[in-house]
Amino acid sequence: MTSATTAHSVVEPSATTRRFAGSLVVLYAIITMIPLVWIMLTAFKSPDDAISYPPKVMFKPSLEGFCNLFTTRSRQTPEFIRSLGPPQGLCDSIARSRNMVVAGPSNYVPRFVNSLIIAFGSTVLAVALGTLSAYGFSRFRVPLKDDLLFFILSTRMMPPIAVAIPIYLMYRTIGLSDTRLGMILLYTSVNVSLAVWLLKGFIDEIPREYEEAAMIDGYTRFQAFVKVVLPQATTGIAATAIFCLIFAWNEYAFAVLLTSGNAQTAPPFIPIIIGEGGQDWPAVAAGTTLFLVPIVVFTVLLRKHLLRGITFGAVRK
Amino acid sequence: MAQIKVEALDKSFGSFHAVKAASFTVEDGQFLCLLGPSGCGKTTTLRMIAGLELPTSGTIRLDGEDVTMNRASARDIAFVFQLFALYPHMNVRRNIGFPLKCEGISAAERDRRVVEAARILRISHLLDRSVSGLAGGDRQRVALGRAIVRKPKCFLMDEPLGALDTEMREAMIHELRALHDRLGATTVYVTHDQLEAMAMADRIAVMNNGVVEQVASPRDIYDRPASLFVADFIGSPPMNFLPFRSGLQTGAEAIRLGERDVTIPAAREAMAESELVLGVRPEHVRFTDRGMVRGEVYGTEYLGTTQIVTVTTHYGALKARSPSSRSFRTGETVGLDFRPDTLSIFDKASGRAIRTALYEGGAHG
Repeated sequence: MTSATTAHSVVEPSATTRRFAGSLVVLYAIITMIPLVWIMLTAFKSPDDAISYPPKVMFKPSLEGFCNLFTTRSRQTPEFIRSLGPPQGLCDSIARSRNMVVAGPSNYVPRFVNSLIIAFGSTVLAVALGTLSAYGFSRFRVPLKDDLLFFILSTRMMPPIAVAIPIYLMYRTIGLSDTRLGMILLYTSVNVSLAVWLLKGFIDEIPREYEEAAMIDGYTRFQAFVKVVLPQATTGIAATAIFCLIFAWNEYAFAVLLTSGNAQTAPPFIPIIIGEGGQDWPAVAAGTTLFLVPIVVFTVLLRKHLLRGITFGAVRK
Repeated sequence: MAQIKVEALDKSFGSFHAVKAASFTVEDGQFLCLLGPSGCGKTTTLRMIAGLELPTSGTIRLDGEDVTMNRASARDIAFVFQLFALYPHMNVRRNIGFPLKCEGISAAERDRRVVEAARILRISHLLDRSVSGLAGGDRQRVALGRAIVRKPKCFLMDEPLGALDTEMREAMIHELRALHDRLGATTVYVTHDQLEAMAMADRIAVMNNGVVEQVASPRDIYDRPASLFVADFIGSPPMNFLPFRSGLQTGAEAIRLGERDVTIPAAREAMAESELVLGVRPEHVRFTDRGMVRGEVYGTEYLGTTQIVTVTTHYGALKARSPSSRSFRTGETVGLDFRPDTLSIFDKASGRAIRTALYEGGAHG
């Protein structure tokens, strides 16, 4: 029955209410999107347009920001530049128009690769450990189960940065400073508590009968876990993975403190891209824009699960 | 196929004593129902036979082999769950074939056996459907298919019809029994529904508070209840109980109920003076003006061919089954008489039935 055929429905919101709620959501979405859009616009501005006042909304797009992001350049005399052959590629010609030549690739790509390895590595590890321990907490009579679960949760009650100094000293002593492995372990340990709690909720909802049926049919408990529990927990695993990945991908404080070269991730690298006369804002904006891509792709791929993940436990069967 | 022998099985969950010294034997090819109210320990007993719970003490033998501590996967049994436990991420064919996959049976042989099981259960047309779209009865057939495809030593079923609606349940009762007759598989079936148990079982084990009260054929369970609980639990409406105080001599053929003597099946044991209970099935109550118990008609329930008449008496409300042709007025005074050869006598303190000639007719369990 639609609202058109009933004079007044008790449970269905009226058309006016729905329109009002809809416009509120759209308004909120626009407000949230403005900084993102501004960053993307800035990425295609020239350095002068980027810092002009009043800010320019209409401008002539340029790829200078992306060129500056991926290259390092050095200033040369016009005579020297004229003595060179024809410019090699777009970035070279943009650089030459500013009396510079491309000296080599920047560190952005290696930093980005570090981010990928560390974020996905720690996500895989946190979700794997989280799934196994969540299953254990869900299915077995673990001594002191409630206390253990509370302890696991309590590791998130303080800001992780509160332990930054001890971790810094410890990592320096055992040689994990500025290593990818060190960062993977660090992000895993922060995320694993979230993973255990989220996944325990999901696994609790899977009836035990499924594993029992599989075990009676001749499978071991581990086989039953892999063949019967995991396929049904994919929604929870996907949602948990997104949450873990977003944390590890965006983490800034530990990355600044514990990495400098080898294992530096993109977040501490992007804001310090220096151009001539200070910050190179189009390059920073270009770096940020590209940095958003993997997380957007991952989230879009798993978006069905994400919505379910946020509302999990709200509706019982 | 196999014989299941359960001896002195005990199970405690912390301070809760779920099953107390349960003992019974299911002969090869027999259909045994574990019947009792919820929380009586019947499902726990079944799960211990399956290996899903380990007993606190006692032994379970499958074909004489002690499997008490074996893993469920090592027992070669099939289990049908109340909520079917069909794997939602597999279609019907893969669900039924799942147990075979584990045994490393070739794909061709597996498919042959899946098709065969589906044919027996008449679900061949559903093989490539997703299990989530199936109706309750079909889900149940798929769950049965998964059980029979492996040709296990025995079937264990935990209220498999509990999730079905009444009409489907009726049909499945006959189907299950027919399937059992066809496969001849030893089956243990848990239910709280006495009609299911009566309709399907070769033998019924009635459980209450963790204790197996009686193991016998449906007829013996009904006609010769071993305890007050069984007499009360089985039958609708349940047996009437008339409390009285008396002693009993071996061989006595009557008891003193109020002012009158009531003929009973000859006692086979002696009782000192104590609180006893006379048990009478509603259909064994007769209306006669010279009846030994008098009372007032309180009300009638019309059931088609018969009616249940509730009569308020000195011994409490008694229910009698009477042909519906006879009419009763509320408040009418009637006399009641009991069919002597069907009466049971119980010891009120222990709830145990006193041995009488009645119990010599049937096979004891």
